[in-house]
Amino acid sequence: MNRFAELLDRLAYEPGRNNKLRLITCYFREVGDPDRGYALAALTGALSFKHAKPALIRDLIAARTDEVLFGLSYDYVGDLSETVALMWPRAELAAHNNPPSPTLTEVVTTLRTLGKTELPKQLERWLDELDETGRWALLKLVTGALRIGISARLAKTAAAALGDKDPHEIELIWPGLSPPYLDLFAWLEGRGEKPVNRDPAPFRPVMLAHAIEDGDFAALDPVDYIAEWKWDGIRVQAVAGRDDRGHITARLYSRTGEDITGSFPDLVPSLRLPGAIDGELLILREGRVQSFNVLQQRLNRKVVSPKLIKEFPIHLRAYDLLGDDENDLRELPFVERRERLETFVRKLDDSRIDLSPTVPFASWEALTAARADPASAGAGEDADAVEGVMLKRRDAPYLPGRPKGQWWKWKRDPHIIDAVLMYAQRGHGKRSSYYSDYTFGVWTKGEGGDELVPVGKAYFGFTDEELLQIDRFVRRNTTEKFGPVRHVVHEGDKGLVLEVAFEGLQRSPRHKSGIAMRFPRISRLRWDKPPREADRLETLERMLNAEPAEIEV
Amino acid sequence: MRGSSPRMTGEYRGTAAYMTSMRPQDILLPAAAGLCCKPGGFHIDPVRPVERAVITHGHSDHARAGHGAVLATQETLDMMRLRYGENFAGSTQVIRYGEEIQLGDVRVKFHPAGHVLGSAQIAVTCKDTCIVASGDYKDARDPTCTPFELVPCDVFITEATFGLPVFRHGDAADEVKKLLASVALFPERAHLVGAYSLGKAQRVIALLRQAGYDAPIYLHGAMETITEYYQSRGIDLGELRPVKGVKKAALAGTITLAPPSATSDLWTRRFPDPVTAFASGWMRVRARARQRGVELPLVISDHADWDGLTATIAATGAGEIRVTHGQEDALVHWCRSKGLKAQPLDLVGYGDEEESETPIADEAEA
Repeated sequence: MNRFAELLDRLAYEPGRNNKLRLITCYFREVGDPDRGYALAALTGALSFKHAKPALIRDLIAARTDEVLFGLSYDYVGDLSETVALMWPRAELAAHNNPPSPTLTEVVTTLRTLGKTELPKQLERWLDELDETGRWALLKLVTGALRIGISARLAKTAAAALGDKDPHEIELIWPGLSPPYLDLFAWLEGRGEKPVNRDPAPFRPVMLAHAIEDGDFAALDPVDYIAEWKWDGIRVQAVAGRDDRGHITARLYSRTGEDITGSFPDLVPSLRLPGAIDGELLILREGRVQSFNVLQQRLNRKVVSPKLIKEFPIHLRAYDLLGDDENDLRELPFVERRERLETFVRKLDDSRIDLSPTVPFASWEALTAARADPASAGAGEDADAVEGVMLKRRDAPYLPGRPKGQWWKWKRDPHIIDAVLMYAQRGHGKRSSYYSDYTFGVWTKGEGGDELVPVGKAYFGFTDEELLQIDRFVRRNTTEKFGPVRHVVHEGDKGLVLEVAFEGLQRSPRHKSGIAMRFPRISRLRWDKPPREADRLETLERMLNAEPAEIEV
Repeated sequence: MRGSSPRMTGEYRGTAAYMTSMRPQDILLPAAAGLCCKPGGFHIDPVRPVERAVITHGHSDHARAGHGAVLATQETLDMMRLRYGENFAGSTQVIRYGEEIQLGDVRVKFHPAGHVLGSAQIAVTCKDTCIVASGDYKDARDPTCTPFELVPCDVFITEATFGLPVFRHGDAADEVKKLLASVALFPERAHLVGAYSLGKAQRVIALLRQAGYDAPIYLHGAMETITEYYQSRGIDLGELRPVKGVKKAALAGTITLAPPSATSDLWTRRFPDPVTAFASGWMRVRARARQRGVELPLVISDHADWDGLTATIAATGAGEIRVTHGQEDALVHWCRSKGLKAQPLDLVGYGDEEESETPIADEAEA
């Protein structure tokens, strides 16, 4: 457990993706079975046991420490698990009676079977046996608050690196595996056969598109491509298959292979034909596609209530067919898969699943026009939910990852505003010597005239050269410092205007401006523009009102 | 100039009326300039220029320039000279550990504090009452200075930098192992260790050497003078090189020590994909480490941790405790719960240097 805790501790501070990978791979190499398998399970969110409530942790510490000292410490540290981990009194045990600290395996397997009444005593024993970092990790684990910025995908990629394998191979077999993954590690280390995925409804690694740029078109011939709308929903893979007894198993996966079936039980009955659809998850109300904001209200819910299901009816819009019953279609050219998809969707004949229409075009000019006005180019009333167009080579097989030249995404122009730089914060890792996180604001009427109100934060979009320029500007124009944050001069005639591009707006009571931006990034530096000419909050409010209305839930 | 000044003892004749029993505050009392000893006619670690100063150790928040006469250990005086120049005080006088001298109506004795090279606790005895001003101290092992000595006393004035039970520093050797493991895992990156230039940096270097690391260790310019001084006092730190002028690529796989404020500065751009470490007791608390953008926190402190503070207080046998600079509340509460008389002692000017971005030349420690 202490070694796993050490890994978590280091990961929590490490900002770089490749460095995180190195740390995790190194752990998998050093630590044996079955501990590393349970670590992989913890990192991919595959562990399941009843979590301990914070109140239990409080009771444990209250019984062992002075109340005043605990209060002062908690105030200082600000995190319950961390405070308890740090101030837990050392167990007064005779040296010969010093039990070894628990392994991760022991912790995980014990927690699975432990009754609620036995938990406090067991936790106490472990807390006595572990060091500070070990106690911290244990408490985070048992309270289910293990947030360390690692995606399941990253953990699997680190495991793949152990055997020089492609992470896609792990994704393919993942649904058939379970902790502590002895067969997986045996294969990765060349000691065993590749585990076979006996899952009747496995995930297939997803094919992704490159963003197209103006210069790319010259080299492309319109005849080679099929265009379709890019819907602003959630890319998913809907898979159904027969198990040993001939029953249908249906699963919904995110594009990273996460099983999200539990969040969308209302779609499962529609997946009754064996096959694998690549499509977009949308909310449809009276046949109309709703905005991403509406869809978002169905996401990340712990409980999917009948009310939620009724008010946010889920829908699958199909792009591609990867498997048809027993047949793997991924080697076929797109144009043939598309024909199979049309037949498949017709055979399904289900109101929750329909075909994403293609966009006919003869020239890039024609497609440019369609993209500029999806409503008149076939998207009709759903045009608001169109994020752009996709271009797919007619002869492209379905390849995992982002193969060059096969699929292109051509997004509609993002929304753009001019905002004023207000605060800057140091970045992380390679950027830790640069002020690279920017909070920007727009003008609004305040008590003493116009004032700037923050509307968002962005930390990319600029070039390396532009980063140097902003960094220099921040250092020379700091008005106040608060820890890592610098206040940058922002007055009517003094300051820096940033052109900010973003994908959409949402109402947000958490922000002072009442508005939150989706995916904001710095698109240009407007050294030419005085701050007073930057945009106003009213402009954003108009943009917000132009977006489809939301339903309160 | 050393030794050329008249001895302090000869200059001052106490005027205080003798009392059969002295109250502690009659002997040592907090004043604007620092802890004042009226019957002895001096201040301990004064933050403003005074006529006579008795100084515990060389950190800039305790040892300042501009006093009339200064009494301190040889090392402390040398460090002040290195930092402030020859004329940092009107006159100086050296005192050794264990040596006792009379100042006015009191006797003053220096005892090792284990904090940094030359650091001392100061025992002030007047009549039958003995007060020990701890200065900064630690009871943990440190290859670069004389170990802490427990001094039985009636009144103990303790520091409280890490006076909360969440601060437990653990074994510094384990933290250095963490650093070396990271160097082994990322041989193409440079490791930058933020450490205060007086004491902490040399201790980290010595610990690295004890752990078997024998490659050259690189130094930020602000580290060089004091580190050379440590070496001149016979502390073996192995091969050290200035980092200035070294090519970026050549710094892959190396360890460089720098003042903490430099590790998040433009200066770091000369290093290949640096891993930023920071050796400090504050690194025990995640939020503090994250706030500084530290990637590799190393819990190595030159102050006693909670267990060290409480154990020391108990062992002095003092019935009265004064708690100063740091987390006074928790430690005062602890003392009272153990039946000791305790109160916070308000002394200003001893830095929580880490709360602000102190200029490199003047940074203190923790």
